[in-house]
Amino acid sequence: MTRPTNSKSPPAPLSRPEAGEFPDRLRRLEDESIHIIREVRAQFSNPVMLYSIGKDSSVMLHLARKAFHPGPIPFPLLHIDTTWKFSEMIAFRDRMADEIGFELVVYTNPDGVAAQINPFDHSSQHYTDVMKTQALKQALDAGRYDAAFGGARRDEERSRAKERVFSFRDRLHRWDPRNQRPELWNHYNGRISAGESIRVFPLSNWTELDVWHYIAANGIEVVPLYFAAPRPVVERDGTLVMVDDDRFRFEAGERPETRSVRFRTLGCYPLTGAVESTAATVSEVAAEMAGATRSEREGRVIDHDQSGSMEEKKREGYF
Amino acid sequence: MASLRASDRGSPLRDDLLRLLTCGSVDDGKSTLIGRLLHDSDLLYDDYLAAVLKDSTVSGHAGGQVDLALLADGLKAEREQGITIDVAHLYFSTRRRSFIIADAPGHEQYTRNMATGASTADLAVILVDVAKGVTSQTRRHSAIVSLLGIRAVVVAVNKMDLVGYAEDRFDAIAAEVSDLAGALGLPAPVCIPMSALHGDCIVERGGNMPWYDGPSLIEHLEQVEVGPAAGPAAAPEHFDVLRLPVQLVIRPDQSFRGYAGTVCSGTLRPGDDVRIEPSGLITTVERIVTFDGDLDEAGPGRAVTVTTAEPIDIGRGDILCSPDRPPERAREFTATLVWMSGSDLMVGRDYQLQQAGQSLRCRVTEPVRRLDVDTLTSAPASSMTLNDIASVTLRTDAELMFDPYEQNRITGSFILIDPRDNATVAAGMIKAATRAAHIIPSAGRVSPQTRAKLLGHRALTVWFTGLPGSGKSTLARAAEAELAAAGVFACVLDGDNLRFGLNADLGFSPEDRAENIRRAGEVAALLHRYGAVVLAAFISPYRQDRDRVRNLHPAGTFMEVFVDAPLDVCEERDPKGLYAKARAGVIPDLTGVSAPYEPPAAPELRIDTASTDVGRAAAQVVDEVLALIRGPRRGGGPLASGSRGR
Repeated sequence: MTRPTNSKSPPAPLSRPEAGEFPDRLRRLEDESIHIIREVRAQFSNPVMLYSIGKDSSVMLHLARKAFHPGPIPFPLLHIDTTWKFSEMIAFRDRMADEIGFELVVYTNPDGVAAQINPFDHSSQHYTDVMKTQALKQALDAGRYDAAFGGARRDEERSRAKERVFSFRDRLHRWDPRNQRPELWNHYNGRISAGESIRVFPLSNWTELDVWHYIAANGIEVVPLYFAAPRPVVERDGTLVMVDDDRFRFEAGERPETRSVRFRTLGCYPLTGAVESTAATVSEVAAEMAGATRSEREGRVIDHDQSGSMEEKKREGYF
Repeated sequence: MASLRASDRGSPLRDDLLRLLTCGSVDDGKSTLIGRLLHDSDLLYDDYLAAVLKDSTVSGHAGGQVDLALLADGLKAEREQGITIDVAHLYFSTRRRSFIIADAPGHEQYTRNMATGASTADLAVILVDVAKGVTSQTRRHSAIVSLLGIRAVVVAVNKMDLVGYAEDRFDAIAAEVSDLAGALGLPAPVCIPMSALHGDCIVERGGNMPWYDGPSLIEHLEQVEVGPAAGPAAAPEHFDVLRLPVQLVIRPDQSFRGYAGTVCSGTLRPGDDVRIEPSGLITTVERIVTFDGDLDEAGPGRAVTVTTAEPIDIGRGDILCSPDRPPERAREFTATLVWMSGSDLMVGRDYQLQQAGQSLRCRVTEPVRRLDVDTLTSAPASSMTLNDIASVTLRTDAELMFDPYEQNRITGSFILIDPRDNATVAAGMIKAATRAAHIIPSAGRVSPQTRAKLLGHRALTVWFTGLPGSGKSTLARAAEAELAAAGVFACVLDGDNLRFGLNADLGFSPEDRAENIRRAGEVAALLHRYGAVVLAAFISPYRQDRDRVRNLHPAGTFMEVFVDAPLDVCEERDPKGLYAKARAGVIPDLTGVSAPYEPPAAPELRIDTASTDVGRAAAQVVDEVLALIRGPRRGGGPLASGSRGR
């Protein structure tokens, strides 16, 4: 292995834009995303935007506001609530819906609730399948949505790097990575038959750093969990898990300790690892990011069930 | 060890984005090069690297070393096969620029993936193995790069370590590459000697090639100028020609009406005169609206919303353009197709052509000339299979607005969709209209709104279709009289009347019938454009012909009336004695008797003239017409989202 071990020193290869500043790089990404979002509104009769409450969703929501300004966002936002999200996320979601004034649809898999599926008693695969993947399919079927926006980026994970911007799903919401529609120029093929749908990824070409720079440049509000603060956590298999409410199950010998942590990605609290950090502002986070040596999804337990596991989840309908 | 920290290299900090296409054959070391770029630019996260290390022991091909190639080969199935199968997107940044790599595979079966990656690339990096020299792969890749209109090309002469970093070997390849570029009409590419495996000339120049004084690959990529940031834009001499295809109309309430779209080329400023195609109307840009405030100008790539001084009927598929430089319009044009589907091209079968907001039916007609990218010659063919490139002629149902691809990469390109399974089957680059290429329709400032104000009603075409003797002309004449009495500028177009003059040269074969209806439709659309309520009475037996006429009209201003009467009733009426003549064999092709009639699937109005008398039927038509031309406008809510289906 020939990797230099000490080359991480001066961070931030790119300039960090302050509020109101727009480097060409961000402008070009923004223009492309707005074009995609508008194209979906024009080509589909019943689109919906998945809203995960995370930073990528916050950017996507902001882009949707820009795309239709001065009009309102002409489609609803859908949140799949597993009931195990951080409580701060839910509060943030409801406040945003109120302040921005978008139509919010919240869906929880009733079968999962009835069976008391939770991330402590059940494996992460089973829990994710019932409360996220199945819930999402149920919600999309119930709403008869023909297009669903997701905030996924191609730089997040290797199998996402091959995902199309307009990604076809069959009647059972399945993705076939070997049979994808070629995508050329900015001519997106949104034609589908009844029951089929398209998942749309307007942030395909953004990196995690672009997202933070864009948040800084636009003054976009994000869930405070992204910023470092003293929080109660336990360390489990090398992952820092936050004790978000009294449903947390301690294992023998575990006790919460208060550490200065933040989250690079937000999901269900028992399955989302925190990182130790003192970055308390957007620009501090962006600076920390630029020097980061671990990828952001590393904190997601579900990605690492087995090698290639994200691709398998995606084939089954996971975003 | 190479590092990307050298901030004293002297190139300006751009903080912009460059989109690269990398192409090379499986063994040129392309995946290694990309892995090297990511690795040496330190954007490789440790957990990512750990996953690669794990994979290296399972499926790696680098004999125990970290296999940088695995970084670029994302999907599990591919890792198992050791080849890349699709376009992968990878991201890295230096201090000066951000880069998006579209990694197109080198295997010769994957022309389609390379074309896909090339369609959005600003620059192409073509890998050549110095030990092998310029191969048929290199020629193939260069031809596709040239075809897709990428002007900035870097030839990465890789594996210099295998030839002892010999200068003469590099020079020989550089000369060969230059000849190849010349043959393809490409500007001379930049050639850089390197070793991706050892890191020579990727980031730092290194000490192995003291004879080379040019930039390293990264240095070049950081500095190179590729034209407007929008990338997929026009050839330089066409940068100033405005093209803004309208994606949708933003109309939150009565006080605001804006046209949203992305500028393909040219620059738009408030106060500019712009021409709206296909209507040809000229209006003035009032505001360029964005969420972050109005703009003083918007150049290529900007996604904006435009308001105009006068309220004009503009919808998805319309193009805002320079007043004296409208796009071409044609129903028949030549194009280069890259076939991307496992199902072969069927000449003469219907495909859906999509470009910006335009979507229309088309057929590929012969001749098809297939390009041999190895020899750069073409030969006639009857079809196209996956990865074929061919020169073809396309015929569309309605006029397509376009520019030649070499002038504009967006308004000059399109995709073909198979309407049976909605798969994208081909990518197309337009060359030229087959005729009437230099006709530029004159433009006026009198809008349909103005004409409607003058006349007191909006324009409408009412198309009566039905069997001979079903009562079309009778009904049209009755409606005409009633509408005239109501102060409406109404006029009848009648099949037989037109056949005395304009259509005197036509007979009754299917082709002549189609042409008869085409001309009638054009006349109707012309009168419609000047504000008339056109009452057109034509047997028009073929659905396709009627749909073509419908497509000449803006949505909601065409009304198809199915004048429905059973054949025996029509034959009994036989006002012109046609049925008698047909039965006697005097007329060979009478619709209903010896020629087919395809009834409308979803007419706006159906009138059963066997059970309705002329007065009541005419009143029904007149009521419907008055509601359409004087009542509130129908369709087109706050977002007119549907395509006009031109």
